[in-house]
Amino acid sequence: MSESATHAAVEAVARNSYGRLVAYLAARSGDVAGAEDALSEAFGAALRRWPADGVPEKPEAWLLHAARHRLIDAARHAQVRKRNEPLLRLAGEAEEIATTFPIFPDERLKLLFVCAHPAIDIAARTPLMLQTVLGLDAARIASAFLVSPAAMEQRLVRAKTKIREAGVPFCVPEPPQWDERVVFVLDAIYSAYTAGWESAIDGGSTHHALAHEAVALGRTLVSLLPDEPEAHGLLALMLHCEARRPARATSEGAFVPLDRQDTALWLQPLIDEAEKHLRVASALKRLGRYQLEAAIQSIHAHRAVGGAIDWPEIALLYEGLVRLAPTIGAQVGRAVALAETGDGAAGLAALDAVAADRSANYQPWWAARAHLLRRLRRHAEAREAFAHAAGLTEDPALRAYLLERAAR
Amino acid sequence: MKYILLVHVPKDSLAAPTDPAAVAAGRAYGEALRAAGIFVAGVGLGSPDNATIVSVRDGKRQVQDGPYAESKEFLGGFVVIDVPDLDAALEWAARNPSAALGSIEVLPLGGSYFAASTGR
Repeated sequence: MSESATHAAVEAVARNSYGRLVAYLAARSGDVAGAEDALSEAFGAALRRWPADGVPEKPEAWLLHAARHRLIDAARHAQVRKRNEPLLRLAGEAEEIATTFPIFPDERLKLLFVCAHPAIDIAARTPLMLQTVLGLDAARIASAFLVSPAAMEQRLVRAKTKIREAGVPFCVPEPPQWDERVVFVLDAIYSAYTAGWESAIDGGSTHHALAHEAVALGRTLVSLLPDEPEAHGLLALMLHCEARRPARATSEGAFVPLDRQDTALWLQPLIDEAEKHLRVASALKRLGRYQLEAAIQSIHAHRAVGGAIDWPEIALLYEGLVRLAPTIGAQVGRAVALAETGDGAAGLAALDAVAADRSANYQPWWAARAHLLRRLRRHAEAREAFAHAAGLTEDPALRAYLLERAAR
Repeated sequence: MKYILLVHVPKDSLAAPTDPAAVAAGRAYGEALRAAGIFVAGVGLGSPDNATIVSVRDGKRQVQDGPYAESKEFLGGFVVIDVPDLDAALEWAARNPSAALGSIEVLPLGGSYFAASTGR
């Protein structure tokens, strides 16, 4: 293992333990911010020390031990502010459990459901997960979501205060709430994956700030919900997209569209892992949005072995996706698939059927329209649409690609 | 933990219901709240057209014709309940018959003081 890979592995363990401890303390105190405060220094120390010293045998016990200064501080304040007492007592209990038992209890599922609770501001859900479950700092999250660190910090503080003051419960929801609440968790994780990324469906961009973190959350969710097919579907979708990262741009940084990517550059282990999760999902026999999106990516991945793309199959999957989750991304994907099966006019008609107020500023819609117009040899209109798409992207590589197509 | 459910309804549905079905729905909800042992307090409010606003500025009392603010929805009443957590409060808010006409704002009462006494 290379040094950076070792570092990443250690970081993953540290994050894992940090999330478990925050979840354990917060689930019993109802106070996410308090739990984080108690552990913040310890986590920093772990990231400094573990890569050199190795991962301790009982990471949670190590972290709680390292947090003791902060906890004693908190104890002093507790004499003034009575409410901190439960957290302190809990930290003591937690250290005992961490030292005595081989596996520290995992309450992260409850924490995930709290972060994605409908009572929490939708713009705070994903940042909250990244910070509390993975221990990411607010500045890093802010830059991925293109807001100022101060604004992100404020958003997170407000959400944590609401959890504590409004009494958002740390529990795993039951039917009939289950389906809806799981979707909130899945969407929040996917939104971490697509943060700062305009078109996740066809990988229409190269900027991709929190991909590793999103995949880590996806893996955590799968381990906590092994029987939830959509959790497997979401992870498979992210892994398929991740597998293509090295092929998404040339060595000069130029954008390469999915159907032109050199399949030899795709990361086969990630594709294999994605396919494994897709198989697990389909064996659970409950179809959902993320499984369909992953299945579409799976067919693209087959180009590496089959050489061709099975567009009729992709069109069929998009048909299902549009019915299940009629997002504009799915509608655009369906239109492109229709055109690729040979019916360019039907593809264009499907694009035109998207409401103008939804498509007006949606870059992938304009890029797809341009692509379809060119197929139909309506070159002047195609050039215009490519230029319009270029004006709507934030990604320099994609902009250059679209402008180049506009000039052709 | 105590929560107040503020019932916001459109102005035209503010008058006390006369429709027997609506009256029965309101009564059934009240009985369910009591039967669950979570009811603390609750009232329906009169028309905002009859409101009067009082404030004190520089030691002088100012009295104005209400309502407080012109809006499409008005506070039609409230219920205070004592339940374990927000999810339970949201459950009871959704059961309020007025949730189908307007919306219910769910607020923890007394904030931190009550949060500390839940023993969660």
